[in-house]
Amino acid sequence: MGLIIQGATGDWEVVIGLEIHAQVTSNSKLFSGSDTTYGAEPNTQVSFVDAAMPGMLPVINEMAVEQAVRTGLGLNAKINKFSIFDRKNYFYADLPQGYQISQYLQPVVGEGKITIDVKGEESREIGITRLHLEQDAGKSLHDQHPSQTFVDLNRSGVALMEIVSEPDMRSPEEAAAYVKKIRSIVRYLGTCDGNMDEGSMRADVNVSVRRPGDEFGIRCEMKNINSVRFMQQAIVYEANRQVDILEAGGSVDQETRLYDPVKGETRSMRSKEEAHDYRYFPDPDLLPLEFDDAFIEKIKSTLPELPDQKKSRFVNELGLSPYDAGVLVSEKEVADFFELVAEGRDAKLAANWVIGELFGNLNRTGKNLAESPVSALALGALIDLISDGTISNRIAKEVFEEMFDTGKAAGDIVEEKGLKQVSDTGAIEAAIDTVISANPDKVAEYKGGKDKLFGFFMGQVMKATQGKANPGVVTEILKPKLDA
Amino acid sequence: MSLDKATVAKVANLARIKVEEKDLDHLADELNNILGWIEQLGEVETDNVEPMTSVADMQMRWRADQVTDGGYADDVVANAPSGEDGFFSVPKVIE
Amino acid sequence: MTDLTKLTVSAALDGMAAGDFSSRELTAAHITAMEASNVLNAFITKTPEVAVEAATASDARRAKGEAGLMDGIPIAMKDLFCTKGVQTTAASHILDGFTPKYESTVSGNLWAEGAVMLGKANLDEFAMGSSNETSFYGNVINPWRRTGDDHPMVPGGSSGGSASSVASFSAMAATGTDTGGSIRQPASFVGIVGMKPTYGRCSRWGVVAFASSLDQAGPMTRSVRDSAIMLEAMAGFDPKDSTSVDMPVPDFQSALSGDIRGLRIGIPKEYQLDGMNPEIQALWDQGIDWMKAAGAEIVNISLPNTKYALPAYYIIAPAEASSNLARYDGVRFGLRVEGEDLNDMYASTRAEGFGDEVKRRLLIGTYALSAGYYDAYYLKAQKVRTRIADDFKQAFQNIDAILTPTTPSAAFGFGEKSDDPLAMYLNDVFTVPASLAGLPGISVPAGLSADGLPLGLQVLAKPFDEETLFKVAGVLETAAEFTATPDDWWRG
Repeated sequence: MGLIIQGATGDWEVVIGLEIHAQVTSNSKLFSGSDTTYGAEPNTQVSFVDAAMPGMLPVINEMAVEQAVRTGLGLNAKINKFSIFDRKNYFYADLPQGYQISQYLQPVVGEGKITIDVKGEESREIGITRLHLEQDAGKSLHDQHPSQTFVDLNRSGVALMEIVSEPDMRSPEEAAAYVKKIRSIVRYLGTCDGNMDEGSMRADVNVSVRRPGDEFGIRCEMKNINSVRFMQQAIVYEANRQVDILEAGGSVDQETRLYDPVKGETRSMRSKEEAHDYRYFPDPDLLPLEFDDAFIEKIKSTLPELPDQKKSRFVNELGLSPYDAGVLVSEKEVADFFELVAEGRDAKLAANWVIGELFGNLNRTGKNLAESPVSALALGALIDLISDGTISNRIAKEVFEEMFDTGKAAGDIVEEKGLKQVSDTGAIEAAIDTVISANPDKVAEYKGGKDKLFGFFMGQVMKATQGKANPGVVTEILKPKLDA
Repeated sequence: MSLDKATVAKVANLARIKVEEKDLDHLADELNNILGWIEQLGEVETDNVEPMTSVADMQMRWRADQVTDGGYADDVVANAPSGEDGFFSVPKVIE
Repeated sequence: MTDLTKLTVSAALDGMAAGDFSSRELTAAHITAMEASNVLNAFITKTPEVAVEAATASDARRAKGEAGLMDGIPIAMKDLFCTKGVQTTAASHILDGFTPKYESTVSGNLWAEGAVMLGKANLDEFAMGSSNETSFYGNVINPWRRTGDDHPMVPGGSSGGSASSVASFSAMAATGTDTGGSIRQPASFVGIVGMKPTYGRCSRWGVVAFASSLDQAGPMTRSVRDSAIMLEAMAGFDPKDSTSVDMPVPDFQSALSGDIRGLRIGIPKEYQLDGMNPEIQALWDQGIDWMKAAGAEIVNISLPNTKYALPAYYIIAPAEASSNLARYDGVRFGLRVEGEDLNDMYASTRAEGFGDEVKRRLLIGTYALSAGYYDAYYLKAQKVRTRIADDFKQAFQNIDAILTPTTPSAAFGFGEKSDDPLAMYLNDVFTVPASLAGLPGISVPAGLSADGLPLGLQVLAKPFDEETLFKVAGVLETAAEFTATPDDWWRG
């Protein structure tokens, strides 16, 4: 359901397109052999090529090409066996060459599409216009000195994949779902770590509004948004800003704006306001990027199962609900963890435990899956103890918490704490008899029609057996005795 | 296609080369002279001709993804007119 | 004792091998000559200490039997090649103080083969010019003068300092770079051999870039044999340059067989200009006769798009330059002129740092690439370029080499052409087409003009067929018997 803004003169539909810049996971930069690791001391990961010294020349990194093709395949996109690198010319402190090597008219990846899921809505297809490779710029630090901007070129030249979407999104939720899906896909593929905090994935958001059914309106671009939450806020603010202008009879200026999360508003970017004439032309220091079908096939053959395929398999073959499947495939690490747990076991049970107890405890302690004190194997072992009747589900929850807090194995905890489920019918029958004889009035009320009291008796038997009685066995023996 | 003062000024700005107001006319003349001579390229039939992308008749070579460069910050900043703590510095930019 | 500065590289290598003299002696003689020729202003930076050190090391290597291709030979290095630890200026104010922390591949190759650096040779600023009148470090003077006239003559450009140093016997050889003729044209003006290899033969890594798709390093020497020796030392595949071609470097000297019987030499009719200088025409005819006498077959060919080469070049080269020179912004090296803000700093630095010719070309180039003009100018020029390259490809199906004059005139005096940039550009009319097509070319001194100035003839060959190029040039050289040398009026 798109975001509709109700203006005084009627409804307005919001149109959103995204340009995502994803840093390629690779050891070295796009056109130089410098390290790409985040967080190094200034200018220590800079070669003379990155620093654009006189006479320096670019040489392309084969991994960047592979990662771009890999990502293109993950986006169900057309791979272009012939593409060109162009220079995008402009002056800025973090752009030492005075141009960025990018791809303009002939990118390495063409049209594609991905599916997004917004809670409570049907799956939607979002078109990908293209993906191209380009150099990242360095970093300008404006707050280190009163009158100077400091420049660190460590990031200058790192390979970026720019993924451009069609203007197919109609709400901030769809935009968020799109970003999360792209992030999920590139993380599955290992082509980008999707880390928005460190800036390895950033989004430029294009927003416009129109009367439903009309031509697209003038759009504004909001640059370098690095959080999904801010992106949604920015979209809402910007769409309303545009509607206000149009309702008042004005027209929207096409411009670049930035989002201020503190003030919750978008503002025009003064320095980028002057129309940029980038004077694109093919980089004469490079040749066209060319590869054959065999190259593409080789990459295709090593693609992991992607989120959508995995989700389908979890639903169709493992019987999980679409919602649960969706949660489990959002991160490859989670899916892999789940599959280890589910291996040879009841998949639904495994899913419940991963999504319920495991995630619950991880959230409680602020840990991520990689830091989980309970491994997939350990969790699997716990589930086995439930399945073979050694412990009840309820006891299992206690055991799990102990496993989580101490790292001990399920079996050990059950032994140490004597938590084994009691399934011995003799012992259970004895306990039941004791409870029945201790509560004659309740027995009478039950026989008189108060069925709910069954729970009371269950509770008493569980108490008498320190919770270790096998609830199934209790029910089997208790019911006939009460009915008798 | 003839350049006027205003266009020269725009081009000079794109190229980040300061040109004094008094020099704009003379520069426009010089550039127009050259551009007028270039016009004759229009006489060449180029409808189905591809632009020359490279003189060397070969495929582009790809480099193996290894860290083989960088790690010499001192050399990188050695020739800089100004800087501090390993950074380059420029007049502050307000975004 | 022989005047060591009058030897060719080849003779000097033989002399050192025979133990007749050492590199130290050879180098010392050239340092003296270099100092004595200050008035020619061929050098921006002189490096006599580096030279002596290198010469000493060379002698030691030779004693161990480990001499390289150019071992012990004192040369001038065009100040467009980045030399580690030695100031590199590109003859521009904007590179003030720039001392590279890296060595260009080509200069590195020469030092690895034992060459000795006398100094950095002067040039037109950023290699943009045909007369060496645009250097921030002052004009270079041609050692040649018109008979009976002491008006200073231009040495040609942009490799004017390289040309002048070799022609004045201050260096045994020099490196040049050729983008539209910047090696061949000055070689012709000063009576030496200047050679531009096939595009991709020499690495561009570490050479200050002017026009990326055209720039090529090449040798400037006093004989064809020297040129072959030096090119072999300079050339070779460089993985740091994506346009460098991965082909083995032949032993170019062995191509100098002296035998061109049966070779087909093309004479392009479009190089016959209206109002062509009769001396140039006469020299060309003479060259054709020499070829015939040596047993070659003369074939009339047509290169129909020749006249469009210059205008195409003057769009393509400035366009590429406008982008290549964007890095000269006062931030990481060179001159910085402070400004009110970042853009003002850029604009002031570049206005003060670049000379007029460079600025003119940067503005043309920026305009040619700008929105609305890209198709009409740059794209169009690149298509015309394809047609020019195709003309050559066609012609070379039936011939082995092409013979043309190198320049439309002999050297001219200072100031005679500098007020009209267009007149200056026409100097390159015979050299530019081969640059656009990436072909190898060489200028061989072939005669003197009526007023005593050198004139050169140009040979062009197929891509990567420098061997045929040298072979034909060698025969031309033998036939021309050009032994004239300039009066050394410049030695104080």
